[in-house]
Amino acid sequence: MRDPFRIPSGCAVSGILNLDGTHVSGEKIIRSIEVMHERSNGLGGGFAAYGIYPEYAELYAFHVLYDDPLTAKDVEAILKRSCTIEHSEEIPCKETENIQNWPVFKRYFLRYRGRSDCEDDEVVRMVMEVNSGIHGAYIVSSGKNMGVFKGVGYPEDIGKLFQLEEYQGYCWIAHGRFPTNSAGWWGGAHPFGLLSWSVVHNGEISSYGINRRYLQNFGYVCNLQTDTEVITYLVDLLVRKHNIRIPYLGAVFASPFWEQIEKMEEPKKEFFTSLRTIYGGALLNGPFSIIVGFPGGMFGMVDRIKLRPMLAAWKDSTFFLSSEECAIREIAPSLDRLVALRAGEVISERVGERNSHGQKLTVSGV
Amino acid sequence: MIILKCRGRHYKDVNHEVEMRWERGERDILLDEVNGHRYIGRALSGEGLIDVRGVPGDDLGMFADGVTVHIRGNAQDGVGNTMNAGTIIVEGDVRDIAGHSMRGGKILVQGNAGYRLGIHMKSFQDDYPVIIVGGNTGDFLGEYMAGGMIIVLNLQENGGASPVGNFTASGMHGGKIFIRGKVSQEQAGRGIGLSEPNEEESLEISSYLEEYQQKLDIHLPPLDLRSFTKLFPLTTRPYGCLYAY
Repeated sequence: MRDPFRIPSGCAVSGILNLDGTHVSGEKIIRSIEVMHERSNGLGGGFAAYGIYPEYAELYAFHVLYDDPLTAKDVEAILKRSCTIEHSEEIPCKETENIQNWPVFKRYFLRYRGRSDCEDDEVVRMVMEVNSGIHGAYIVSSGKNMGVFKGVGYPEDIGKLFQLEEYQGYCWIAHGRFPTNSAGWWGGAHPFGLLSWSVVHNGEISSYGINRRYLQNFGYVCNLQTDTEVITYLVDLLVRKHNIRIPYLGAVFASPFWEQIEKMEEPKKEFFTSLRTIYGGALLNGPFSIIVGFPGGMFGMVDRIKLRPMLAAWKDSTFFLSSEECAIREIAPSLDRLVALRAGEVISERVGERNSHGQKLTVSGV
Repeated sequence: MIILKCRGRHYKDVNHEVEMRWERGERDILLDEVNGHRYIGRALSGEGLIDVRGVPGDDLGMFADGVTVHIRGNAQDGVGNTMNAGTIIVEGDVRDIAGHSMRGGKILVQGNAGYRLGIHMKSFQDDYPVIIVGGNTGDFLGEYMAGGMIIVLNLQENGGASPVGNFTASGMHGGKIFIRGKVSQEQAGRGIGLSEPNEEESLEISSYLEEYQQKLDIHLPPLDLRSFTKLFPLTTRPYGCLYAY
């Protein structure tokens, strides 16, 4: 061992949602995630921002990472088959003290030309085709009026690289990575995005193989070499395709143990039994705390026996989720309410649910 | 008293300065504008006070060896990790794995505790760790506990709900847990007995509660110690036959 010092580990996650829809720059979320610098090791950092492209709000905003810029022609050919590229540009990056090299990032604003009832499915299909078929090009986000900015470095440096202080969003999600079981590379940084979902994750999904095979049945191909990818696709499958309401995702991803279900009363017992039976392949085993962003909201969730930390807080009309209290206090020193998430619990908020702020808790379970 | 402003300083820098001063005999230090600084009070031997304003980072009082660390609000994960001696006083809540592998000293919490409070705390000869929580705790209280004492006071009472979660005392094979309020056999791990404190234990609890009130500067309501539930291991090797067919 060359370095005798212990490196304290554990990824960091943080999220800010303005429940009144107010747009703020990326400066706050960078400050928040930077406080938890020790939880990352410089091998990954990233952000998701919602509401940043109002002038193209109805178009799909694709952020594409080009390890090999020569593949752009192939990617664009796939995009053009079913979409019109209304606008495209390189995503502006600025060299920072700690990041001098980065791959090419381009964004495309796409208008889908086909039938409107299957456009999301077609976008998912395009993302899978590019990410698994074109070596050296990766679509890192594919939602509307949102985008993912990520790479190899500490999150505060990645934020500066992408000049996030120049963007205005109503929701920001951040991640500082400490890769344990998979490589630290630009496409493997969090958040993971598909359509307008974005996922940041602290922990490791030991059921990755089962989840990946389960997702293959529905046309999702996992090729980004990191466990968090399965969470992103499972959220899309369950919420968008199977219409499972977000508060009940806890009953699937972090379901109660059979002996706990056994003690429940009907109809709760039947409900939980059904979900576990139908969605056994979607159960996430292993430690995790995750924040998931979606249009108009975000939610946080912790694993079945709480092996990773997460707190939720409210201040006026802002909702916060974070691995550590200090990351919230950094940007909101006094809070209306602060709670630590319990095992398997989902706490979700949406823009416009003003009546709920600081009071209502959306908890998994009936 | 020495006041150190911690804002903008790395925890290594802050802790290093505290250690230098501590060695020189400066034993009354106020850390101001703390936010997320880790390992505050790490391994400090001998008596003295570290007074913390703000939210300290993870592993507060790690390896503490005599120091008193006083937190005016909440603390984060891993409070008193592997501490030997001294006292950690928290006026707010502590999060998960407080008292992890604690070997001596006291953790006095006015608010609630998170998951896995007192995981693998242990005692040996004169070393006897004690944790007192004013509110409630999460699941896995006293997991793998091997020695020492945990007291959960449930002062808010929360409408009669149990102040402790599931899997309480899982794998516990030493020490004692005293809980005020409802706790059922089903919440406890395998091989755990439930009873009430005996005369001697009641006296012991009383003396710790005296110290709890004095250090936190609060007055507890009269508590009926005989109504407390005592959790204790029925065997020192609850899983001794797990792999023996």
